[in-house]
Amino acid sequence: MSIPPQIGRGVPRADAHAKVTGAARYSAEHRPTGAVHAVLVCSRVPSGRITGIDASRALVSEGVLAVLSHLNLPRVAAQPRLIPSLAGTTAHGQSFFPMQDERIHYAGQPVAMVVADTLERAEHAAELVGVDYAEEPWTTTVDQGRDRAYEAEHIFGGFVPGRTDRGDVEAGLAEAETVLESTHRFAANHHNAIEPSAATAVWEDSKLTLYDTTQGPTATRLTVAELLGVPPSNVRVVSEFVGGSFGGKAMIWAHPTLAAMAAQHVRAPVTLALTRAQTFSNTGHREEQEHTLTLGARSDGTLTAIRYRKLSPTSHFDDWAEPSLGPAAQLYACPNFEGVYDLVRANTMTPTFMRAPGEGTGAFVIETAMDELAHELGLDPLELRLRNHADTDPETGNPWSSKGLRECYARGAELFGWHSRDPRPVQGARREGDWLLGTGMASAVYPVYSVMNPQRARARVYADGRAVVETGCSDIGTGAATVMGQVAAEALGMQSEAVTVHYGDTELPNTVAAVGSAGAGAVSAAVHTAARKLRDQLVAQALADQGSPLYGADPDEIEVRSGRMSLRGSPGTGEAYGEMLGRNMTFDAEAVGSWQPPGRDSGYGTATFGAQFAEVAVDPGLGLVRVRRMTGVFAPGRVLNRRTAHSQLMGGMLWGLGQALLEATHMEPNQGRWANPSLGEYLVPVNADTPDVQVEMLEVEDRVVNPLGVKGVGEIGQVGAAAAIANALFHATGRRFRDLPITIESVMAPA
Amino acid sequence: MTPPQEGRTGLAGLAGHTVPRQATAAERDRGEIGPEPADVLLTVNGTVHRVRLEPRVSLLDALRERLDVTGPKKGCNQGACGACTVWVDGHRVLACLTLAVACEGREVTTVEGLADGDELHPMQEAFVDNDALQCGYCTPGQLMSAVALMKEGHHRDDAEIAEWMSGNICRCAAYPNIRRAIRQVRDSGGRAEQEGES
Ligand code: FES
Ligand code: FES
Repeated sequence: MSIPPQIGRGVPRADAHAKVTGAARYSAEHRPTGAVHAVLVCSRVPSGRITGIDASRALVSEGVLAVLSHLNLPRVAAQPRLIPSLAGTTAHGQSFFPMQDERIHYAGQPVAMVVADTLERAEHAAELVGVDYAEEPWTTTVDQGRDRAYEAEHIFGGFVPGRTDRGDVEAGLAEAETVLESTHRFAANHHNAIEPSAATAVWEDSKLTLYDTTQGPTATRLTVAELLGVPPSNVRVVSEFVGGSFGGKAMIWAHPTLAAMAAQHVRAPVTLALTRAQTFSNTGHREEQEHTLTLGARSDGTLTAIRYRKLSPTSHFDDWAEPSLGPAAQLYACPNFEGVYDLVRANTMTPTFMRAPGEGTGAFVIETAMDELAHELGLDPLELRLRNHADTDPETGNPWSSKGLRECYARGAELFGWHSRDPRPVQGARREGDWLLGTGMASAVYPVYSVMNPQRARARVYADGRAVVETGCSDIGTGAATVMGQVAAEALGMQSEAVTVHYGDTELPNTVAAVGSAGAGAVSAAVHTAARKLRDQLVAQALADQGSPLYGADPDEIEVRSGRMSLRGSPGTGEAYGEMLGRNMTFDAEAVGSWQPPGRDSGYGTATFGAQFAEVAVDPGLGLVRVRRMTGVFAPGRVLNRRTAHSQLMGGMLWGLGQALLEATHMEPNQGRWANPSLGEYLVPVNADTPDVQVEMLEVEDRVVNPLGVKGVGEIGQVGAAAAIANALFHATGRRFRDLPITIESVMAPA
Repeated sequence: MTPPQEGRTGLAGLAGHTVPRQATAAERDRGEIGPEPADVLLTVNGTVHRVRLEPRVSLLDALRERLDVTGPKKGCNQGACGACTVWVDGHRVLACLTLAVACEGREVTTVEGLADGDELHPMQEAFVDNDALQCGYCTPGQLMSAVALMKEGHHRDDAEIAEWMSGNICRCAAYPNIRRAIRQVRDSGGRAEQEGES
């Protein structure tokens, strides 16, 4: 009779069958009747003006229906303004829309769009469009713009101040017995979700349906509607399968709107799929950056001051930098902190969120610096962290809503075998043939962002014993759809196998975009609220129904298991939802639930914590680094599905490996454009790069963040992983690697 | 749905309205096709299709855009990611680097051809059991490589599996679980065993 808790079970993904059989259709794979293809033509220069567009050859090319550019594309109805998608409203990726005038702001900016009957004809004709430019000087790198840097007032779409201060850093440094200063440079990064962004636009009279690859169907709806000047209710966005995102599909870029404009123009459905190379300049990036950190500490390791400056290029339209100062500001109980974001206006598009946006780079800096400090002071790196543990949120003094970091350190150290570690960071102290071995650790922190809008879901129970739960959110590979079913099942008193999920469609109840690791918390809250409401409604109906064995019972005495309501302690007295519905000649029952998030000022510090450990083998002669094993222990609040959460954390840790050793988009300063916009030259980890990864989750109870205490697992796995690897490299070689990625050349270079 | 009409740029109509020249029998005999579209017979998952194609069309675009076989994915269109992996005559190939016309008379197998009716291939089952996928976009290519790898005999140990699966990028980084799925099929002699929930 009793069923195990549905929340937490490692049930297989709800969409796994569709994905392993090839039945899953992604955004460029919907084939409305008469669909044609659009292909973008993008600027080869980074700055200047278009002086002429010659479409004549393209126009006579076979199958071509239109060539669109600023000369004949309609103006957008509103000037876009960047607002992060977490806000739940329009989510323009940048405050700029292309093909509106002759100005070129960055290389890769769309300048024309060719529409043709087949893909290959559109691609071919796109090559035939001649564009002449009057080039102007440009800035595309930190080094080119350093002397024109300015302190930002706000970054991150206005959500983060350009400067933060607490205490008195000068006094803190004066108090310090050891002062460490370090500078770190990070290459730009691109998401490279394996599905390039794409949209298919279908107009029926004044109604638009967009199949869009997006983290937020509602964000696409609102953004595209604003640009087209049509009511949002006339725009339906469908996004059931999304081939990865990692932030690249969190904001809404120009292509879905361009697809809709092209479809309007040729009066046929249009698919616009970015090429891999085009994704590098059309869906944002993690900016190149330079961080300078000063740490002051007493000889016992207690931190007295942290001074931090970050310098990075942004676009001409927005003050954007990923908020990298967070980990240094939040991880340790240091009373004196000063952080500043400096920006350089550059000829790139506006950078954007990329997995662990800010925390990935910021944790690398503070966590390699802490390793350095531990070494200077002759302390175990883990012990130094414990001595500076922040019992309350150092930024506000507020208590944490939940933490668990000490437990993560302890468990991680045990699993990894940290305490038997030979502490000497000496080249060759531990070797196997040509391989030098080393181990390192780091802390992980990622904020729990509070969403702002009410989150809604609908739950329905059928008399045949099945249930359906619906929200508009998309599942970008996180397992959101799977956990929706589990959360609904738990609240309804059913098995998750009996629950079908519908998602990824603006016609369904609205939830926020799956961004900032907040998706699981928001969606689970909405689904829990709806399903709980439906359960209570059905129980109330039974208690009021003279035909029910539960007629007149106390609602507090009712429990529901496997869809059957019964009296607690007397399981024989009761009936199934379906029996009651059938008797009353109803086929189903449903409820819409709405969860109102608590807002930003909960009075608590809210963050997810974890501990990362890595072992590397280094061949300094060949510059090779192999990560042999990784252990991560995290405290993500409540875990909704152990299997999918494990995969998210494992994927994040392997992203940390890529960040540490492989990933770099190189800006060619003399051309002002990305030099390696391809999966052949932008290196991401492949199977042979990745070790087996040990992941553990420690559940901590959190009564603040949302009803189920879910803190999210999407990004925390990446935070600190690169630092643990770099610290392991120091341990193996005695050399500090301060810049990312750590390349073969830098490992080979003499110290 | 309205069919495509002339756009506002005032161009000539669809090329589809004209009848392109077909290859003559003599040209066919000499092995020449194109540059005009020609009818090509493609055998995909056991079904023969007559497709009208220009010779520049890749096998990947022919499958996805003409035959609506969208299991094979396009991640890069230049041979770098493996998402488009299919089999031609039982060998894995990158469909984005293969011309469709070159596949006439050969057996093309895609992920849609792996399952036996409603019964999943053991490798498909193992991928589900081991959560060897997240977003699923690389998965069709991973599966076609994984099954081929078994036949090739490149599955002795994890290092060999990892090496021979390294042509298939998984940006979600499900790699350790992909290896686990392959081991499961190897160790069960082709039969997937349901692993307990982790
Ligand atoms: S699409 Fe063929 S290898 Fe990437
Ligand atoms: S499952 Fe997303 S790329 Fe492999």
